[in-house]
Amino acid sequence: MIDDRSAALEVEDLTVAYSDQPVLWDIDLVVPAGDKMAIVGPNGAGKSTLIKAAMGLVPSVAGEVRVFGRPFAKGNGEIAYVPQRSSLEWDFPTDVLDVVTMGTYGSLGWFSRPGAAERDRARAALEEVTMEAFERRPIAQLSGGQQQRVLLARALVQEAPILMLDEPFQGVDAPTEQAIAAVLDRLSDEGKTVIVVHHDLQTVPEYFDSVLLLNVRAIESGPVADVFTEDNLRLTFGGRVGVLAQLAAGEIDS
Amino acid sequence: MELFGDYTLRVVALGSGVLGAAAGALGSFAYLRRQSLVGDALSHAALPGIALVFLLTGSKAPLPIMLGAACAGWISTLAVRLVVRRSRVPYDSALGMALAVFFGFGLVLLTAIQKRPDAAQAGLESFLFGQAASLLREDVVVMSILGAGCLIVLGALWKEFKLLSFDSEFGDSLGRPMRRVDGLFTLLLVVAVVIGLRTVGVVLMSAMVVAPAAAARQLTNRLAPMVVIAAVIGVISGVSGAVLSSLIPRLPTGPTIVLVLSAFVVLSLVFAPGRGLFWRWIRLGRLQPAAALNPVLMHLYALSQQHPEEPDHGHGLAVLRTMSPAGADLEQVLGDLQSRGLAHVVGEGLWAPTPIGRREAERSLDHEAEVRS
Repeated sequence: MIDDRSAALEVEDLTVAYSDQPVLWDIDLVVPAGDKMAIVGPNGAGKSTLIKAAMGLVPSVAGEVRVFGRPFAKGNGEIAYVPQRSSLEWDFPTDVLDVVTMGTYGSLGWFSRPGAAERDRARAALEEVTMEAFERRPIAQLSGGQQQRVLLARALVQEAPILMLDEPFQGVDAPTEQAIAAVLDRLSDEGKTVIVVHHDLQTVPEYFDSVLLLNVRAIESGPVADVFTEDNLRLTFGGRVGVLAQLAAGEIDS
Repeated sequence: MELFGDYTLRVVALGSGVLGAAAGALGSFAYLRRQSLVGDALSHAALPGIALVFLLTGSKAPLPIMLGAACAGWISTLAVRLVVRRSRVPYDSALGMALAVFFGFGLVLLTAIQKRPDAAQAGLESFLFGQAASLLREDVVVMSILGAGCLIVLGALWKEFKLLSFDSEFGDSLGRPMRRVDGLFTLLLVVAVVIGLRTVGVVLMSAMVVAPAAAARQLTNRLAPMVVIAAVIGVISGVSGAVLSSLIPRLPTGPTIVLVLSAFVVLSLVFAPGRGLFWRWIRLGRLQPAAALNPVLMHLYALSQQHPEEPDHGHGLAVLRTMSPAGADLEQVLGDLQSRGLAHVVGEGLWAPTPIGRREAERSLDHEAEVRS
């Protein structure tokens, strides 16, 4: 039996299909509270779909999601979401502070507008990702790394116990990667649960406590030391095993 | 002020102004959502609604006609959604199909009506290209109420519409009912289009939705000013177009308004500070030499990245040659890089980028990423 108190997120029998083609099949997953988990797998493995389905952003055919032992309900502020940077239209006419303030909209009613208190919360979140100097910058003028920090700040504002991030390290510069990793570490130290769709196998042991290997089905999940093995990677990725084995062993460093 | 002393003209100007404000403001959000074509489909699809209402009631009273137009437009969006969900037809094709089918059906009905002997149908064809001069006071009252309603709802649900346009999925994750917000937005857009049918006509109404937004986007980097500017452009174009066409006999209103709008769009596309083509052209002319990539420097940079803790780890000419096209004059390029302080010799025939060279390479990569994105 699963101990409800120690699990931040439990997914049971989750199945998602797009026009009869299963993209996620019968996923079971338990993420302990305070865990920092990477979701890795090949392209088309359903990594993004898994976190979206867990949050109810895409419809699932079957399955159950519990958060801290209770059935998950959208909008109760328990999960903050950082979407893939490239999924957004960055030519939108707005500035950095405004985007981060959107993170407070969940706590505002229908007709109320964000005020000074909300903007202060947004400023504090911007400081956490060292973007406070850019608060009036139009988002169309940000670099990729800056965009990613802004999205992270928007999630931090929500002060949710669980954060789900979709490829936050994709195409960002080295300082941003370090800054994001540091924020994730701090969140984890504060007891928050962090779930990250991740593409870079090399950095999995460095950045994460545990890992879910996903390829439509959940191949294996658990602590990195137990699960992140050559055999499991072979099961997940199929083909390119030689490279993968070396990657897992950290022998390639280009 | 003699111009606006004329009662008919005042009515016409007021109606067109309301229409321009509502269409410009709502159009901004449609534009940002890349839904400009929706306005086009909605307005064309309204024609059979207008014709059917006239066939059933025999009157051209504004409210029933607008209701019929709105229903037809709404049904067309439902049809588009159904087709997209149930088939592999992409969204824009589905919109195009809905536009053609509804508009064609509307034209058939209109032709049938015009063959009838009674006189009541006269003027119904003005719904095609608009005839502001035919606006009555009761038309303008209905238009004003609907337009004001649209703007009030837009203001009240500002942050929801902003979420919908920028990152609807994120809004969903916050627990905001984005599907309902989306439905409401489509409804508002339908209302804005319907307001303009008599003035601008179904054929060119989409320009009222798209053009003010396109011009306004050029002029500002913030949402609220963009919406206000689009509304103002809508008002100016609507009023000037309607007044011109009322003063000049047989000049249809829709095309006149669209011509005024086009002038705004062209001017803002070319001369808008920052985004205008004119300024971009001047800027690019100035910056081009610095932005160009030097392939040899990029190769040196890529090689040096493999030894991050050893910045002066050199690579021989042979390595560089395998990375370069045959016949490239490597020595000359390297000499040139050296004289610009971007690369230096670190050993016997071994080259590495200088710190400045590395920064230059990074900047080029950033620039390229920016151009691509």
